[in-house]
This record gives sequence, structure tokens and C-alpha cells, in this order.
Amino acid sequence: MEDTKRCSIVVFSGDMDKQFGAFIIATTAAAMGMETSMFFTFWGLQALKKKGLKTGQGLFGRMLGFMFKDIEGVGPSKMNFGGAGRWMFKKMMKEKGVASLLELRQAAIDLGVQLQPCQMSMDVMEIRREDMIDAVTDPVGAATYVLNAQGADITLFV
Amino acid sequence: MSEITPDKILDARGLQCPMPVVKTSQEIKNIEVDQILQVLATDPGSMADIAAWSKSTGNALLSMGKDDGVFVFNIKKVK
Repeated sequence: MEDTKRCSIVVFSGDMDKQFGAFIIATTAAAMGMETSMFFTFWGLQALKKKGLKTGQGLFGRMLGFMFKDIEGVGPSKMNFGGAGRWMFKKMMKEKGVASLLELRQAAIDLGVQLQPCQMSMDVMEIRREDMIDAVTDPVGAATYVLNAQGADITLFV
Repeated sequence: MSEITPDKILDARGLQCPMPVVKTSQEIKNIEVDQILQVLATDPGSMADIAAWSKSTGNALLSMGKDDGVFVFNIKKVK
């Protein structure tokens, strides 16, 4: 359709709170009829990693793999306190009926949001296509994002 | 005002932003054009948000109101 509006979001951050922001806006944009894509780069890629899997092949890659969580393991940008803050936020959000990041990611998939992993970040951080959930698109580069953003009505960098 | 009879009811009570809107967008796919979806929500933000959603998607928000602590929206599917 010619007049379909589009939304394009860069997810750079691996912080729980910022990923919430990105997924809430992405799912809402898609729900409001916008063609929506999310470009995941650097720490943002944690949102796409399979659960319980360690990434990395070389020494540095494997060291980084210890830091590299999945969508349920990412902590808030403030007050994480080694995971206690993550637990607290999750508990408070659940009590107040807020959907989890995992549920929001599933809603994004169901609504047809394109989840694009950044090829260069994957190479640097030694993350393979098979380390990520099946719903991701083929890995892409900055030009794909820029092309998306050129035609987008909303672009965000989170 | 004549009584509105919904063809489908979506119970979004207890859900927070953005799920009432997300579920509304999914549920509207299950009714035909000119049919009415009734959405029940307890999130006060949904008063503004369901209206914004209707405006953006071009569906008709026939009525919205509060009944015994629950927000009730009647939406007619336009396209």
C-alpha cells in the first residue's frame, strides 16, 4: 500500500529499561498499522539471543559471551545491583500487569515487526546466526537501516 | 442514544500499556467490516491510547466511557 506509514528503530542498548521502550514503541507502531523494523546492534543484540546459550569462539569472544545475556537476562540501566534490580523490576512490573520483554518480543513477531540483526556487530562479538532466535531476518548492515529510515515517518535510536 | 451491540468483546482488563492497543489490533482482524468490537480495559492510559489507535488505523470509535471502574470502548471496523 502506497500510504502505509513506516517506523524504523535502532536498538543499540542492552539495558532492560531501554529495550522495554524500544519494544513498546515498536509493537504499538505495528498495532497502529505502521510497517515497523528494528535494527539490533552491539548490546542491543542480546534481545535476539537464544536463551541459555553461550556465544563466542575465541578467548575474547567467550569472555564477552559471559556478559552477553538473553532478553530475560538483561538488567536495568540503573539499580541493577548484580541482578537484584532486574529481579525487583520484573516483580513490580508483573504485579502491575506490564507485559515482559519476552511477551513484547513475541507480540512484535506476531505483528510482523522485522527484527534485523547487525552483521558487523555479530562478527565482532562472535555471535552466529544460529545463536539467535529463528524469527530474526537475515543479518543486515547500516545501509539497510539507512534505506529503511529514508522512507520512515518515525525513526528512533534507543 | 441507541444501545450498541458488540459482535465481539475483548477483555483487556488488568493489562498495561501497550497491550490493550496491541490486542485490539489483533482482535479487530477477527471481525468483519461494519461489525463492532467492544474493548474492556482498566489502564487509564487507554482512554487516550485507544482513541489514538482508532484515529491512526481509520476505525470508528463509536463510544468510550467508564462503567464501574472499567473503561469500555466500542469500535466499528471500517476497513
